[in-house]
Amino acid sequence: MSVEDRTAGAPDAPLPAGRVRIRTEPSLPAITAQAVNGRSAHETREAVFDIRDLAAYYGANCALAGTTLRIYRNLVTAVIGPSGCGKSTFIRSLNRMNDAIPGFRVTGQIQYHGHDVYGSRANRVEVRRRIGMVFQKPNPFPKSIFDNVAWAPRNLGMKRRLADRVEQALIQAALWDEVKDRLHDSALGLSGGQQQRLCIARAIAVEPDVLLLDEPASALDPVSTASIEDLMHNLKHRFTIVIVTHNMQQAARVADRTAFFSLDTAGPERFGTLVEYGDTETIFRGASDSRTRDYVAGRFG
Amino acid sequence: MLFGLCAVAGVIVVLTLVDVVYQLASNGSEAINRFGLGFLIHTAWKPGFNTEGAGALIYGTAFSSLIALVLAAPLGIAIGLYLSMMAPRRVRAVVGPLVEMLAAVPSIIYGFWGLVVLVPFVDHLEPGLHSALGFIPLFGQPTTTGISLLSAGIVLAVMVLPIISALSRDLFLTVPRELKEGAEALGATRWEVIRGIVLPSTASGVGAAVVLGLGRALGEAIAVSFVIGDVSAIHGSVFQPASTAAERIANQFQGPVNALHLSAMFYVGLVLVAIGMLTSIAARMIAGRFDVQRTIGTIY
Amino acid sequence: MTAASETLLGTARPFDPTAPLSASGNLRRRAVVDRVVQFVSSTAAVCAVAVLVIVVYGVLVRGAAALNLGFVFENPTGLDTGGIANALLGTLEIVAIGAVIALPLGVLTGLYLTEFAGARSQTGRVLTLALDMMQGLPTIVVGLFVYGLLVIPMKRETGVAGAIALAIVMLPLMARASQEVLLLVPGTLREAADALGVARWRAVLTVILPSAMGGIVTGAILAIARAAGETAPLLICDSIYNYNATSLNPFRGVPNVPMLIYTSYDLPLPQAVVRAWGAALVLMIFILLANIGARVLLARSRAKMGP
Repeated sequence: MSVEDRTAGAPDAPLPAGRVRIRTEPSLPAITAQAVNGRSAHETREAVFDIRDLAAYYGANCALAGTTLRIYRNLVTAVIGPSGCGKSTFIRSLNRMNDAIPGFRVTGQIQYHGHDVYGSRANRVEVRRRIGMVFQKPNPFPKSIFDNVAWAPRNLGMKRRLADRVEQALIQAALWDEVKDRLHDSALGLSGGQQQRLCIARAIAVEPDVLLLDEPASALDPVSTASIEDLMHNLKHRFTIVIVTHNMQQAARVADRTAFFSLDTAGPERFGTLVEYGDTETIFRGASDSRTRDYVAGRFG
Repeated sequence: MLFGLCAVAGVIVVLTLVDVVYQLASNGSEAINRFGLGFLIHTAWKPGFNTEGAGALIYGTAFSSLIALVLAAPLGIAIGLYLSMMAPRRVRAVVGPLVEMLAAVPSIIYGFWGLVVLVPFVDHLEPGLHSALGFIPLFGQPTTTGISLLSAGIVLAVMVLPIISALSRDLFLTVPRELKEGAEALGATRWEVIRGIVLPSTASGVGAAVVLGLGRALGEAIAVSFVIGDVSAIHGSVFQPASTAAERIANQFQGPVNALHLSAMFYVGLVLVAIGMLTSIAARMIAGRFDVQRTIGTIY
Repeated sequence: MTAASETLLGTARPFDPTAPLSASGNLRRRAVVDRVVQFVSSTAAVCAVAVLVIVVYGVLVRGAAALNLGFVFENPTGLDTGGIANALLGTLEIVAIGAVIALPLGVLTGLYLTEFAGARSQTGRVLTLALDMMQGLPTIVVGLFVYGLLVIPMKRETGVAGAIALAIVMLPLMARASQEVLLLVPGTLREAADALGVARWRAVLTVILPSAMGGIVTGAILAIARAAGETAPLLICDSIYNYNATSLNPFRGVPNVPMLIYTSYDLPLPQAVVRAWGAALVLMIFILLANIGARVLLARSRAKMGP
């Protein structure tokens, strides 16, 4: 245990014997950003990702260029921008999800806790084990609810008190009460919102360090969307969260930091690029770039 | 008008099938009346003595096809996995059609090749296998020719391999990318994705593909007739010559000793039809939501 | 692993996030399993290709000894001398007759399934099952059927009997291939035709069939290639003819390549075996070329129709 949790406030009470620690208290200390000497307080945090001059290509097509930013620990970082601006490419580059796409390559660097994600010594499976991901479309496995959550921990050898682990993950994903009586039913029988929360439960069951959420609520109804947004407020105390969203209100509600990507052109080429990155309040109230102001004001995109 | 033509075509298909059964039954009626269902059990096949039983043929058919499946099913599924999940795109574009090409080679060439190339090779192989595994009855004392159930099984394996591998490849490709990505995003290795997601969600289709391969092996006549010896005997050892139903017809049809002999071969044909139809129905039932039989037309 | 390190959402994490990104925990073992699977699978694929190469090479080296222009274009002068032109022409004739019967029937059956009945309707299901069963018929049984149907009444083995047996082999392949490609024709095309008030049959003939033509031709080539090498039905229905017969009267025995190969091998003449290999080589070259051609055609028509 080398990294102490610096933000979660009170130290955890000793574990009751034989039980997995349950953490349900909603009274979490607020994470606020107060400018210190012109710098956001967030920027004093430990950087999980240090991304330098990242560009991504599909074959000869450049999808993303010149992206430099840091993503900080235990914050929710939102990635917003018009469609085609490379937000999905960006987030999928963070855990090498695009590796399987023929012709995909990145230039620049993604440092994760100081280690190059695309370095020659980085193991793709290890990267994904630490950096989990939830996708736009709920994609539960055609297995039981229990097995959906238990599958990855089993692979990883986390077999002790597996049922407790599954229960905890489902509780954390705010799904337990709805499914506790039918854990062994097929996950495909759940509603869309439940399926997406199951996918979140599945992701947190292996306790990754980072959760990447690629438009997790875009296919869901408003009620499900609200429940997933609530979830994020609780989960960020345990995970570093990066969320791609096309919904600006959602970014404003859930994110501590917001990165605005937009389409840029160079000759005939069109590619996504990072326009502005800062505290969410700054991006939404006092953006320095006119494109950002136009976008958050709903004038394009 | 066009609808009428199309409907007629459909009716012709169904009627042909019905007539197949009728022709075989009526031409085999002499043997059917004489031997009844006992035909399926009795092993003696002595054409001159009015004694024909298909027991040994059915045994040899089942045994040789079983050998073929034991060899071809794992290999074919592995190839399907390689082509759908592992091979780089360019390798897939070359190797996939090459594997399917195995299904295009006519059975007479496999029979020929089996006799000239494979049988001598198996002959060399058998003593070694016998001395290593001889304690299992399956690997008994080899004969000196290499003409054996094992040779037949290997030839059949080569013939059904492209069916199983191409069908299973197509099945694995139907697994939604989102599911595979979902599994990968949880830190699963490729094998874990295969074992945990890909295989379970296509199991029924793969099962049907194997059954279709089995159906092909059970009915193969020409290739087997070159390498199995056409001996009506029941042996436990794969090194012994044997006979299969289809191969027996190919071998003896041109010179039946009497009407009963000819009739018995029609009866054997009827048994083959029953086996063929059962495998078709079984494949359909196992396949569930996968329509594997629809894609087989483009391969074989 | 200690108990604390397995705690879910406690303070402890099951791994140290700042450690290098090389395989940790049980991943090293899992990665080994993964590599073994990859090795086994790629080896299996290599084996399959190797078998193809061995078979093709085996036929090539043995058949090349017999192969020359005269072998293809001249008639036999004896049991083990001369060319195989009569057998080639005979195979061409039988397969052509079979194709003339099977290909239209196959396309019509495919049309019936996609345009009129629908694979889910009761009749569609019966027909689909019948096609599956027909395809599942051992080809030797097809031979037996035609023997009972034609050879016994006509009291002789004939080319036409062989051709009809080959037609039965081709029919389900053709029907399935047509069905497959007709299903790919966009439904919007049909709707557009319906919206214009065009009769179904006219829409089929002028819009749907033409746009599926590439795939249908591909299916036809594959079916013909399959029938050309089919031996078992001919062994039953068209195996009795003189080695030097040149008459292609389909109501007599018609010489053909598969039977030439099959019977030559039994002759106690070494040169006859060489001829058999030569004939096998010619047959194999035709079949492989047809398959490659069909694939190219399919790729082209797929590209034209778009995804």
